[in-house]
Amino acid sequence: MTISGLPAISARRRRTDQLVRGSLLAGFVLALIPLVLVIYYLIYKGISTWSWKFFSTDPNGNFLGYPGGIRSALLGSIEIVALATLISIPIGIGVALYLVEYGKDSPFASFVRYLTDVQTGVPSIVFGLFVYIVLVEAKVGGTGFAAWKGAVALALLMFPVASRSAEVVLLLVPASLREAALALGAPRWRVVVRVVLPTARSGLVTGSLLAVARGMGETAPLLFTTAGAFALTFNLNGQMNAMPLQIYNDILSPRTEVVNRAWGTALVLVALILILNLIARAVSRRSTA
Amino acid sequence: MIPDETTNQNANDQPTAVRSPAPQVLDRSARPAARSGMGHAVQVRGLNAYYGQLHSIKAVDLDCPANEVTALIGPSGSGKSTVIRCINRMHEEIPGARAEGSVKLDDLDVYDDDIDVTAVRRLVGMVFQKPNPFPTMSIFDNVAAGLRLTGTKSDNLRELVHRSLRGVGLWDEVKDRLNTPGIGLSGGQQQRLCIARTVAVEPEVILMDEPASALDPISTLKIEELIDELKERYTIVIVTHNMQQAARIADSTVFMLDGEVIEHGPTGEIFTNPKDERTERYVSGKFG
Repeated sequence: MTISGLPAISARRRRTDQLVRGSLLAGFVLALIPLVLVIYYLIYKGISTWSWKFFSTDPNGNFLGYPGGIRSALLGSIEIVALATLISIPIGIGVALYLVEYGKDSPFASFVRYLTDVQTGVPSIVFGLFVYIVLVEAKVGGTGFAAWKGAVALALLMFPVASRSAEVVLLLVPASLREAALALGAPRWRVVVRVVLPTARSGLVTGSLLAVARGMGETAPLLFTTAGAFALTFNLNGQMNAMPLQIYNDILSPRTEVVNRAWGTALVLVALILILNLIARAVSRRSTA
Repeated sequence: MIPDETTNQNANDQPTAVRSPAPQVLDRSARPAARSGMGHAVQVRGLNAYYGQLHSIKAVDLDCPANEVTALIGPSGSGKSTVIRCINRMHEEIPGARAEGSVKLDDLDVYDDDIDVTAVRRLVGMVFQKPNPFPTMSIFDNVAAGLRLTGTKSDNLRELVHRSLRGVGLWDEVKDRLNTPGIGLSGGQQQRLCIARTVAVEPEVILMDEPASALDPISTLKIEELIDELKERYTIVIVTHNMQQAARIADSTVFMLDGEVIEHGPTGEIFTNPKDERTERYVSGKFG
């Protein structure tokens, strides 16, 4: 017995299929164009500035000759972001733990969730201004502009990203594991520390790295808080250089060498964020394997 | 490595050398006989359980004699799992769920106001429907998890873990790979691993919520044989959808319907000569 007489796919359906597929592809390409152009242009303008000297010297402010490299900006960015990470990630994961393990659907937890969502949408310059008023103007710590104040502003920006991503990851930990641990007679905090956190570890690392990448590229929170400086410094209570600040200052310069340094810095910044994202993906992939 | 471990197959029957310290609830009631290593009778009186507004368990009375297997049967949604989850107070972990009434282990009421629920759960172990070993832990760590999670110090953790694995018949299958992930075992082995994890805490009562329903027939048989051995030392309350299983392993059987206990009697009687018409219709397959 054979099946016969099934109607052929109509020409109209074929056309519709091709049309929709085509428009989806066009949308994808369209979205890709700016990204490719940005990266292409950055490499085109920036790669020529890269040299050993570029990474090993600080900007010098001389009017003639080599304008200096970006050592202080690179290390400054790492210092500030590291401090911001130390502040925001533990708090972010802590809040997420509260929401998932304790608060659940209680009105207070919903309120906290709502606030974190709002904080995600606050423009970064607002955090900069907030810290400027609260910490810089008030000369907290004896100085006005200071690297740690920039880190606080960045932490405010990174916290909701870290918290929301951690919440999603913690929700993925199967309830059956919590039940198993609770049924053994474990107190809830031990269930969290020994079962939930280890199970969610790679996801938490991924989310944290994405928050770090987010903080790395921000200019506005640093503009009003760390101000920027040429020299390399490890004093978190003083002004400090950072890559976004370096770019911001250099791009306005009338000197071609200095403007080129901005391109080189931008390329470093993008490369760094790209690497962080790749690490995050590698970590999350290892966990699923 | 330790010579007598592989040869001593009857380690189960030995008096327990390593025991976790008695939970404080029992210290307070000061009953030396309470930690004899034997099971304890469970006595449920006037148990009502709710999920939010839903009144799912209605005035249930239930007696599970020590060192016997009591099976709970009944159609889906009849409240079997809820009843056993009330015995170790896991029911209240569900948001919006609560329970009232009295559940006694001998003369200790687990619903007393000043009872520590974690101590109750150490006395009353639980095995779940789907095997749920901790995915980040090795086979060894999974069995040791109960002790580590409860902060119980054990003088000889290794021996206790090995003994628990032998107790569930898993030792020969896993002795060469104790440090590999527990999640790498087969479903039936995982379930026995979970039973070993429960046994390692040395509870008095073991609750089982359809422990074999996710397993193949051979693994099911192993679990059933294991249950038969475990009742020497523990009181076992098991929920099952499989009536043949209840008939094979249970000393007494409880038939539940719509949150109420319809009939409770010796297993043979429930299946061959039930008193209630609804029980008769259920066990003969006319509904459910």
